[in-house]
Amino acid sequence: MLPRSAIETREELAGGASVEEYVLSLLERIRREDPKINSFITICDGPAIEAAKALDRKRREGGKLGPLFGLAVAVKDNICTKGVRTTCGSRMLEGFVPPYDATVIRRLKGADAIVIGKTNMDEFAMGSSTENSYFGPTRNPLDPERVAGGSSGGSAAAVASAFAPLALGSDTGGSVRCPASFCSIVGLKPTYGTVSRYGLISYANSLEQIGPMASNIGDCELLFDVIRGYDPRDNTSLPQKRVEIGEGGLRIGVPKEFFMEGVQEAVEKCVRDFLDKMGSLVEVEEISLPSLAYALPTYYIIAMSEASSNLARYDGIRYGLRGEDGSDWNETYCNNRGMGFGQEVKRRIILGTYALSAGYRNRYYIRAQKIRTLIREDFERAFKEFDLIAGPTMPVLPFRIGEKLDPVEVYMCDIETVPANLAGIPAISVPCGMSQGLPVGLQLMAPPFGEELLFRAGRIVEELA
Amino acid sequence: MGERITLEDLERLCWLSRLRLSQEEKVAFLGQLNKILDYFERIDEVDVEGIPPTHHVIDLTNVLREDEVEEPQPDEVLELAPRRRGRYILAPRIL
Amino acid sequence: MAEVPIRIGLEIHCQLTNLRTKLFCGCPADYRGSPPNTHICPICMGLPGSLPSPNKKAIEDGVAVAIALNSEISKRMTFFRKNYFYPDLPKNFQISQYDGGGGVPLARGGYLHIEGGKRIRIRRIQIEEDPAKLAYEGTIDDSTATLVDNNRAGVALLEIVTEPDMEDPKEARAFLEKLRGILECLGVSNGELEGAMRCDANISLGGGTRVEIKNISSFKEVERALTFEITRQRQLLARDIEVRRETRHWDDVRRITVSLRAKEEEEDYRYFPEPDIVPIEISEDFIEGIRKRLPELPDQRRERYIRQFGLQEHNAELISSDNALSKLFEECVRMGGDPIEVSNWLVGDLISFTRELGMELTDPRVSPSKIVELVKLIRSGSISTKIAKEVLMESLRSDESPEDIVKRRGLLKISDEALLRDVVEEVFTENEKAVREALHDEDVVNFLIGQVMRKTKGKADPNLTYEIVKGSLERIKGGAPDS
Repeated sequence: MLPRSAIETREELAGGASVEEYVLSLLERIRREDPKINSFITICDGPAIEAAKALDRKRREGGKLGPLFGLAVAVKDNICTKGVRTTCGSRMLEGFVPPYDATVIRRLKGADAIVIGKTNMDEFAMGSSTENSYFGPTRNPLDPERVAGGSSGGSAAAVASAFAPLALGSDTGGSVRCPASFCSIVGLKPTYGTVSRYGLISYANSLEQIGPMASNIGDCELLFDVIRGYDPRDNTSLPQKRVEIGEGGLRIGVPKEFFMEGVQEAVEKCVRDFLDKMGSLVEVEEISLPSLAYALPTYYIIAMSEASSNLARYDGIRYGLRGEDGSDWNETYCNNRGMGFGQEVKRRIILGTYALSAGYRNRYYIRAQKIRTLIREDFERAFKEFDLIAGPTMPVLPFRIGEKLDPVEVYMCDIETVPANLAGIPAISVPCGMSQGLPVGLQLMAPPFGEELLFRAGRIVEELA
Repeated sequence: MGERITLEDLERLCWLSRLRLSQEEKVAFLGQLNKILDYFERIDEVDVEGIPPTHHVIDLTNVLREDEVEEPQPDEVLELAPRRRGRYILAPRIL
Repeated sequence: MAEVPIRIGLEIHCQLTNLRTKLFCGCPADYRGSPPNTHICPICMGLPGSLPSPNKKAIEDGVAVAIALNSEISKRMTFFRKNYFYPDLPKNFQISQYDGGGGVPLARGGYLHIEGGKRIRIRRIQIEEDPAKLAYEGTIDDSTATLVDNNRAGVALLEIVTEPDMEDPKEARAFLEKLRGILECLGVSNGELEGAMRCDANISLGGGTRVEIKNISSFKEVERALTFEITRQRQLLARDIEVRRETRHWDDVRRITVSLRAKEEEEDYRYFPEPDIVPIEISEDFIEGIRKRLPELPDQRRERYIRQFGLQEHNAELISSDNALSKLFEECVRMGGDPIEVSNWLVGDLISFTRELGMELTDPRVSPSKIVELVKLIRSGSISTKIAKEVLMESLRSDESPEDIVKRRGLLKISDEALLRDVVEEVFTENEKAVREALHDEDVVNFLIGQVMRKTKGKADPNLTYEIVKGSLERIKGGAPDS
């Protein structure tokens, strides 16, 4: 029997249940069920069993047991794990076995957690459905004909399939929240600078954070408390602050812009109904954040620009895929990169290069960075009046695999999630109901360092849902 | 909508980013990229006069490291290179 | 044809060689002599997931240089990415700085005086990372592969860009020498190390097109490359051929500049702020703290030499701009050497002798005690200046003290009047015709003195010799019989 929550499991394991048996049962479950879902790119059988044995020994010897004692964590495959291949969902990183652990992995291990496997994702985290993976799409455990969301689709599917109670994803423009919503779990994008990015393979550095994913708020908070913290290896890591939570009732603002473009009626109805229900417990008011209408193109211009530079290093010389050499280095680079990258990655590199190039830089990159300022200011204003901002996590219900082919149509899926990344504020997706038999997530956003506020409101959502 | 990126532009962008595209990719991309740029055009509506850009979303400055040696472990980094000669990494020739 | 005005600007890259670690990681920066790819880590190799951590001391050293060059230090500086692909660039972008487009370099403006007091203006100073080192099997042209050694990749560089204020190649070289002196004096960079200071130059004639010259590896080469380029451009202008705006490569084997392939596309570096590094604010307090710790700089030293020791401008400039020479000079003075005489010896013969012998000024054989001894020997009238030169050269070469050389070789000046009279008589007897001419021709008097010197191997006291020769001639003129 697998208890549902990580907190309960931890108690059992710390209380004497065999960590090894627990891990073996999970591995058995993964072997049996995952071929239908494809949530893992790499399963860490060997190291996970080793780690489990060591933890059992530690407990027998009376060692101090960490907050994640014995718990299995599924880790997105863009987070470096020493000695375990890390692919980023790409062919480009063929043969790349990181010689170091990302800071979050060190923190997990320090908390006695076990990395059970590396999860599937859109290549280089570029996508919203985990269909852009070199290792094939991840299927939604709630409906295998449908996508799990992305780009951290494998992590969300692993939690929803109970392959692991906890998972790490990364969120550049919604990549934790989107699959959390589609797989009906909880996913948090922390305040920028709260979780170290050291060891996270960059897609768009100024926007992304590693985030915890779990089946419920309590577990999500448990994992968050372990991974958060200052890291001198990440120059953008912040000394930790906690926002004081007042005793009074919560005030939630709901921007009307969140229901304007491309939002399916079914989603809107589900979220609005839920917010009405919440209105009995907290104050809910419709507001306007006009700059949000421009958030999506702003986000894509910035993300693509940064990506075009971040991904320049993949040339096949120092690591990764290297084909036959061409007549000179230019040709070799073009070949290696042309062969190693998938289509969406190529599109974004090309557009990012365009947005930064002479003659277009001001029109695209600089302009987007200015609009980003306006978006931050809109949020700052709103948070003077409201504790939280709410809306749907996804504008659409989980769609069928292969259904969305047009890039712009896929980008539109991120319309609700990108504002939090642009403003650097924390945001969480919590399941709030079902529509047409498919899950709908409610998104809550807080001012910087307001994660505890999100957890508090998230518990209310959990109770009402 | 007009063509923002021509085939020639696309080829230059591919050169700048060292990407080889197949003929089919080029054809497909031209349409897709122009469509994406059409969508991006909406940012032109925003009045950004006098607005400073946000490069870093957090107000953090002066995060600096002391000048202290961390002993490198070069071999495990070097071994990642697909082609080597002795301790050198082999890169393709430069014409 | 009237001389057309020449304008030369320099772009100098100096490694901050005194740092212990690289600019963005903890790898040891002292890579020289290490086997390839031993000073590498995930950060300087650009491994996926790694992030840069700027070195505080690099910023401090940069600020020290900016102060010394009288530059205006930015209150808030940023790192930018310069995007281009090349096999020596592990990330295929260089973390650098950018002046414009929202970028702020470490410092802007400033100047440096070169010998003669001319002011060369600085345009900007920025911090960036050094690329890896490439080697080729065979030559660059026929090599089938490129060998990459990343030990140098990520070492901290200071890029110093001047305004085009230099008007001939000698001034360019003088600027570089002066700059090197300052960097060494500050203790931030040792310009003697191979590749620690590299230079690109731009040059235009008669306000015409600017041509860049890259790949200049030493100061001597700068002068050569610029001289070649001036000649090349003059010849073009003389034939009414337009000078093309281009980048040329200095081929130090053939000693010519060659155009880098013309078809090479114009670069588009797509500069943008490095998202992984937060801005760096440089406060007045920070600057003052560094200013207080600065050693005496060459210009201050020069002023002090003039004020304190009464040195001539020329000597003061030459000595103060060379750290080793300054040290030597001050040691000599401390040991009791007369400052002016010591300075003359240092600037004159010592520099040329050591150069001739291929010795560094820091060589232990170039000891201050030798100079002081030499100056004292001259002062006391023990040896002549001419002998002194000989003694200095020998002392440098053999490491024997000047006094010992003088004693061993019997070089003490002959001040014995009776002895000298005998020699003069001998010379007069052997040169009767000259003696007759000397009675009315001063030049021939000098010839006779020279003969005395030759016979005494330069040891005759020149003043005494002159007196005896003149006296003897007077007596012949007056018909006085020899006594």
